[in-house]
Amino acid sequence: MKETPLSNCERRFLLRAIEEKKRLDGRQTYDYRNIRISFGTDYGCCMVELGKTRVLGQVSCELVSPKLNRATEGILFFNLELSQMAAPAFEPGRQSDLLVKLNRLLERCLRNSKCIDTESLCVVAGEKVWQIRVDLHLLNHDGNIIDAASIAAIVALCHFRRPDVSVQGDEITLYTPEERDPVPLSIHHMPICVSFAFFQQGTYLLVDPNEREERVMDGLLVIAMNKHREICTIQSSGGIMLLKDQVLRCSKIAGVKVAEITELILKALENDQKVRKEGGKFGFAESIANQRITAFKMEKAPIDTSDVEEKAEEIIAEAEPPSEVVSTPVLWTPGTAQIGEGVENSWGDLEDSEKEDDEGGGDEAIILDSIKMDTGVEVSDIGSQEMVFHHVGQAGLELLTSDAPIILSDSEEEEMIILEPDKNPKKIRTQTTSAKQEKAPSKKPVKRRKKKRAAN
Amino acid sequence: MAEPVSVAAEYLAGSRARAARTVLGQVVLPGEELLLPEQEDAEGPGGAGERPLSLNAGARSRVRVVCGPGLRRCGDRLLVTKCGRLRHKEPGSGCGGGVYWVDSQQKRYVPVKGDHVIGIVTAKSGDIFKVDVGGSEPASLSYLSFEGATKRNRPNVQVGDLIYGQFVVANKDMEPEMVCIDSCGRANGMGVIGQDGLLFKVTLGLIRKLLAPDCEIIQEVGKLYPLEIVFGMNGRIWVKAKTIQQTLILANILEACEHMTSDQRKQIFSRLAES
Repeated sequence: MKETPLSNCERRFLLRAIEEKKRLDGRQTYDYRNIRISFGTDYGCCMVELGKTRVLGQVSCELVSPKLNRATEGILFFNLELSQMAAPAFEPGRQSDLLVKLNRLLERCLRNSKCIDTESLCVVAGEKVWQIRVDLHLLNHDGNIIDAASIAAIVALCHFRRPDVSVQGDEITLYTPEERDPVPLSIHHMPICVSFAFFQQGTYLLVDPNEREERVMDGLLVIAMNKHREICTIQSSGGIMLLKDQVLRCSKIAGVKVAEITELILKALENDQKVRKEGGKFGFAESIANQRITAFKMEKAPIDTSDVEEKAEEIIAEAEPPSEVVSTPVLWTPGTAQIGEGVENSWGDLEDSEKEDDEGGGDEAIILDSIKMDTGVEVSDIGSQEMVFHHVGQAGLELLTSDAPIILSDSEEEEMIILEPDKNPKKIRTQTTSAKQEKAPSKKPVKRRKKKRAAN
Repeated sequence: MAEPVSVAAEYLAGSRARAARTVLGQVVLPGEELLLPEQEDAEGPGGAGERPLSLNAGARSRVRVVCGPGLRRCGDRLLVTKCGRLRHKEPGSGCGGGVYWVDSQQKRYVPVKGDHVIGIVTAKSGDIFKVDVGGSEPASLSYLSFEGATKRNRPNVQVGDLIYGQFVVANKDMEPEMVCIDSCGRANGMGVIGQDGLLFKVTLGLIRKLLAPDCEIIQEVGKLYPLEIVFGMNGRIWVKAKTIQQTLILANILEACEHMTSDQRKQIFSRLAES
């Protein structure tokens, strides 16, 4: 698809706003957007979100013969792909310029800076070395791809573990992860790219431009630095004339930003390491538990959770134990489970099988949320439960309804749609239903309209 | 509970059709069939079921029901083609059965005849302008379709300008055509939109909500600052206030209205009104 053209009035407005030091999303000139790093279940898989720009990084390794002129060094291979889902303008044949530019910059940043010790990747000199391959996929383009990609690459490399190898004379033994713990790569330092966008022939500059700012910018300066304030790569594109002191100023700003980002990365890696060691849950499924499938979410929504604990405890104390689980999720691999047959549409069996349908996953998520609700989490929690796990055990349902202060927004009305039948399971709850239903309306300021079957 | 079981069995088989008026305001999914009120009259209270078409139309009065977006006529029933909530509007002047439609949410715009949209001029070729409206093809706009435009007196439209106009031709077989003039030849607010101001994009559902009569949001926003605002049904909003800061605030509020409850919104407005 062709890109939506930028209208004159948008361009004019953006430039005028930048002259007044105002950005569209309210950031300051030197502010970065929120960076969020999450890890997958495999070692070496990570996703970095810089505002709305998302990059997925995956590292893999293989034993190959080394290059002829570098017999004792391992091989590094970097590849960034602009997925078609990132922007409508990205089509298979049409992205070559941008793609080449980004790939070259990434390679220079990571390979030429020697952040990874390639000598340590050598197994048998001249015969077998490790080839490390970093694949980056751009999932959403909202500006500043290069920063997000460089963060994703270095985080994935730091997170990655390669299989352990031992050499005894002529014998090389490659241990599987079960036999011996995989070994991390030896990384000297973490180069991170920081982008500066220039406007009005270099008069104004912005750090971390988003997509609209990128469209009106005159030129871009990218500085790749590590936390020891060593510049790994510097590139200026767009043909603007930059003065020496401008470049020096940018490098100082980059130093500060890189220090912050490196701290964030180390914290994220540490958290992940801790969770894995303690045997907790990790992986992308856990990192997106808070977000809902529908889009009714803002970043921050202040809610009053002062009386949540008491209400929740009341409900839990009075609620009966959840109905027994008939079907259980089948765990295929860590992080992938299957609930239900997957063949027939079982939504038609709503009234009958509400209690029988398992929510093994749903119960877990409820528990997760009940823990989190105590610490005061965003509105988004509730919705995920309603939209995704509609067959909720009674205890879970009451937990949701107990949070009276939390009001979800529906773009049309003040009502929440719950895709579940209104009939409470008659088998178990006959004596408590009436009590609950009396209590419920008084607690809930929001009307709940439940889906009625026409057959009633 | 024989009823739900039979419901379930037939639902699975796909032959079950529900009465439209019992489903009003509820979520419907593509593929569902709905029966119109006149068709259930003869049926028992047990629920809607299959019914042969009666050939003698004189037996009951035919009511004209309008099938809106998200619904399609399929035989004598309505077939749902989009997921969302089913809505109904009673006819204003008595006759006719009103309008049924499905309120769905999407960001991608499909040109519809009669819609007022904001377009960006991408090219000028001879007598027509090519205007990008967010659809699959750019719409064409003739230079004569402006108020007071004649062959000698051409409108002052440059590439990159914003145009507010309506579609006169918009179907899946032809490229859409728009005009900046209504049927009487008057501009009626359409034409080139002024130079300053900010254009941004929101979802189509938010636009419809903001354009509904008695929209609270617009009234509250109007009390904040003097402003000019143009809503295009293709999801584009153009807003202009006295200063850049105010314009940015308005743009952010409108974008955020999608996700806020009315209480949160009132809070934000009251905070802004104080400062």
